[in-house]
This record gives sequence, structure tokens and C-alpha cells, in this order.
Amino acid sequence: MSCNDSLHFQYVVSKDDFTHAGSASSDVKNKLKKMNVDASAVRKVSIAMYEGEINMIIHAYGGTIDVDIYEDRIVMCLKDTGPGIANIEEAMQEGFSTAPADVINLGFGAGMGLPNMRANSDEFNIESEVGVGTTVTMTIYFT
Amino acid sequence: MKLGDIKDLLHASVLTNCCDLDMDVDSAFCSDMMSNVLAYANDKSILITGLYNAQVLRTADMMGMACVVFIGRRDPDPEIIELANELEICVMLTRSSMFTTCGLLFYNGLNGGVPSELQR
Ligand SMILES: Nc1ncnc2c1ncn2[C@@H]1O[C@H](COP(=O)(O)OP(=O)(O)OP(=O)(O)O)[C@@H](O)[C@H]1O
Ligand SMILES: [Mg+2]
Repeated sequence: MSCNDSLHFQYVVSKDDFTHAGSASSDVKNKLKKMNVDASAVRKVSIAMYEGEINMIIHAYGGTIDVDIYEDRIVMCLKDTGPGIANIEEAMQEGFSTAPADVINLGFGAGMGLPNMRANSDEFNIESEVGVGTTVTMTIYFT
Repeated sequence: MKLGDIKDLLHASVLTNCCDLDMDVDSAFCSDMMSNVLAYANDKSILITGLYNAQVLRTADMMGMACVVFIGRRDPDPEIIELANELEICVMLTRSSMFTTCGLLFYNGLNGGVPSELQR
């Protein structure tokens, strides 16, 4: 593989599959480990992607995650099919959450996910349209 | 503190078949909120929680945590233990309360973990 090429993987994240939530992130984590990527980078990727994967299940209707692994970085694109976020600035605040009680009982809904995803990413972008969906793109460098 | 010492202090039972009781840990993080674990915990810590579900194990795995201590009166579902075995995470169960569990471990030398590099 030449240095501009990437390894591409796509994961389908299905709504209402809370038990298997995180299996895509687990898979990426294991792939990076096998590639001998630096452990602290693997940890950042795992945490950021996992938070995003959970959000796609608890707040959205599921979607797809496209992962591109380059020699020096990983790019994760998480795209769901709605309902979208009306106020992104508010959603990015630590502690802001609209999670209902049943989600809180599962251990999520502290309003920490999006800020934590941004903190673990070298590049972070979120776009959302109400009624259409949300796309989060995160890049993490390996060194 | 070794995982074996933690097991003894808490009168805990080990539920997984992959537990290195000689493994040394020096800190613990206690929460029922997995997103707080993901934001604040240290990878060298053990996780103490009263929440039993697959996402607790997933969270520990993402964080690189080696051991989860479940607090409670009931036993976790076999699927949870199966997942822990698959992820090679040691799971213990103690009947002690959350307060007593944390108190015993703190008193015997575990700390709350150095702030992780990710903590803001
Ligand atoms: N993919 C998404 N689709 C729709 N809304 C979302 C999505 N992701 C996040 N949100 C909204 O943004 C809020 C904040 O998200 P964030 O991940 O920071 O916290 P949380 O998921 O509520 O709790 P935590 O991540 O701590 O478990 C959510 O409560 C929800 O209202
Ligand atoms: Mg979240």
C-alpha cells in the first residue's frame, strides 16, 4: 500500500441494539492494536468512536460509520439518519443532555459524550440538520 | 494492591475465568455513569459499579481497564460474564455496599487515580 492509500471499513449501527452497541468500536480498537498503533492513540480512538456509536443508538435511529485508516491517522465518519440536533452549540456543552430516564438507567446521559469526543480528537467536526440527521467526523493522529 | 488482595478484602467472588490475581493496580474509579468513566477514569484503574450491563464491560474495554467489581445482591446475567471472558476483563462480585467497598479499598491504599491526560 502506498502512503496515500487508506484501509477502509464500514459498520452499520442499528437502532435498538443496545447490547451490541460498541462492537464496531471494539473491532476498530482490535484492528489498530494489531497494526501496532501507539497505545494512547488507540485509547483515544476507542473512547471517541464508542461515545459516538452510543449516541447513534440512544439519540438517533442508527446509521453507518465509515473508518479510514492511513499510515499516520484514522478518520471516523459517523452518520445517522435523524432526528438531528437543533442547537449544536448547546449539545456540545459539558453536562447538556436530553437523555430520558431509561437511557440514564443504562449508564449514559451525563452530557459528557460530545465534549469527550472533541477532547480526544485532533480534528472534530459535527454537522446536523433537524429531520435529516447528524454527521460527526473525527481525525486522530497516531503519534 | 493485587487483584487477589482486592478479592480478599471485599470477600468477592471472581466470575470470569480470566483473572490474573497477581496483577497490580493502584487506583479505582467508581461510577454508575459510563460516560463519566469514559471522560475521567484512568486506564490503570479498576472499575467499581452497581450497574450490570454489557456496556459496562465495553466501557472498561475501551478504557483499557483490567478489572470490574460489581456491587450488589443479585448475580449478573451469564451473557455479561461471557462478554467479559471474551474481552479478557476480570469480573468480581461483592455483596458489600458501594460505600464499604470504596472505603475498604481506599483505606488499604488504592487511590482515585492520577488525572488522566484527557481530563479537562
Ligand atoms: N447523533 C445524535 N443525534 C441526535 N441528537 C444527538 C446526537 N448526539 C448527541 N445528541 C444530542 O446532544 C446531547 C449531548 O450529547 P452527549 O453525547 O454530549 O451527551 P449524552 O449522550 O446525552 O450523555 P453521555 O454522552 O454523557 O452519555 C444529547 O443528549 C442529545 O440531545
Ligand atoms: Mg453521548
